[in-house]
Amino acid sequence: MKKVIVILLLAALGFYLGTTFFNIGFGDPHFANGVKDFYLKETVDNLHVSNTVTSIVVNFRGFDTLGEVTVLFLAVTALGSILYKRRHEVGTRSVLFSSSSVVTAGSKLLFPAVILLGVYVFVHGHLSPGGGFQGGVIIATGFLLMLLSYENYSVSHKWLSIVESLAGIVFAGVGLLGFINGGTFLQNFLPTGVLNNLFSGGVIPIIYIAVGFKVAAELTGVIYTVLHEKGVK
Amino acid sequence: MDSSLFQLLNYGVYGTAILVMLIGLYGALVKKSLLKVVIGLSVMESGLNLLIVALGYLKGGTAPIFSEGFLNGSNKIMVDPVPQALVLTAIVIGFGVTAVALSLVIRLYRHHGTLNIDEIRNLKW
Repeated sequence: MKKVIVILLLAALGFYLGTTFFNIGFGDPHFANGVKDFYLKETVDNLHVSNTVTSIVVNFRGFDTLGEVTVLFLAVTALGSILYKRRHEVGTRSVLFSSSSVVTAGSKLLFPAVILLGVYVFVHGHLSPGGGFQGGVIIATGFLLMLLSYENYSVSHKWLSIVESLAGIVFAGVGLLGFINGGTFLQNFLPTGVLNNLFSGGVIPIIYIAVGFKVAAELTGVIYTVLHEKGVK
Repeated sequence: MDSSLFQLLNYGVYGTAILVMLIGLYGALVKKSLLKVVIGLSVMESGLNLLIVALGYLKGGTAPIFSEGFLNGSNKIMVDPVPQALVLTAIVIGFGVTAVALSLVIRLYRHHGTLNIDEIRNLKW
């Protein structure tokens, strides 16, 4: 009975959404064109950043990204406090995998390459697809690989929180420096350089490197916390 | 591109995004296991992200990156970067929501020893 009601509801919703979006048409210009043209022109003429998405996320909507990073931090803190355990319960892993020697040797070999790829992605965030969030996630997958292949591989919580706090301080500090030099919070105050060079875009690479470290530390912390969750007997 | 083929693509892209959204919503509403409810929410979010990115597409447009190839090439159309930036934010927020929801599920499992909604009496609707 419940299933029938749900399916009828979803059919109505699907019909409504479908007719709405099929009338819009795929590939037609249906947003106000001025906004897009302004962003594209401003990005290439004044900021000298290749990746327009990066310039929107970090420069035009930088304050929003600071809020986003704060939401991520809050989510990780909430996860840690919901899964809180007393000291004597900590230490044993509930999720254990007996991995073969091929997996352990291979993951040891692959781990530096994964970290290098993550660093590349967030350092080149203003030149190519990618950025701080994506690079951070790639680094966290490297740590996930190590945690899955070695039973007693451990990550220091102290170092994770130090890296995370420092990266957050760098982000907010760059914003405050912009406030002192340029007049508004997160204003660009460094020379923007030449388009398509590694050292271009002013503060955008600095902020994205900080975001990359922060996201990597937070996601590694999440993986570590959840893997050490003890099952119910 | 042939116009009838493009029309098919039109229905295909939006249709896929809406279908993924509806599948996720179905899972979140009907499934008994709390883990499957969280997976359903996450699938629904993926469909929504796909829909927003598809809205920003322009016919013949390339990715909004001013690479050397774009600057020297003949194609000067770019897709809209604003929905992509919005979706980048939405993905991160979606990760936070999923992480907190999963931690609550783990906590419920610790307390009740089951994930079935019918057996956890307080959650029945």
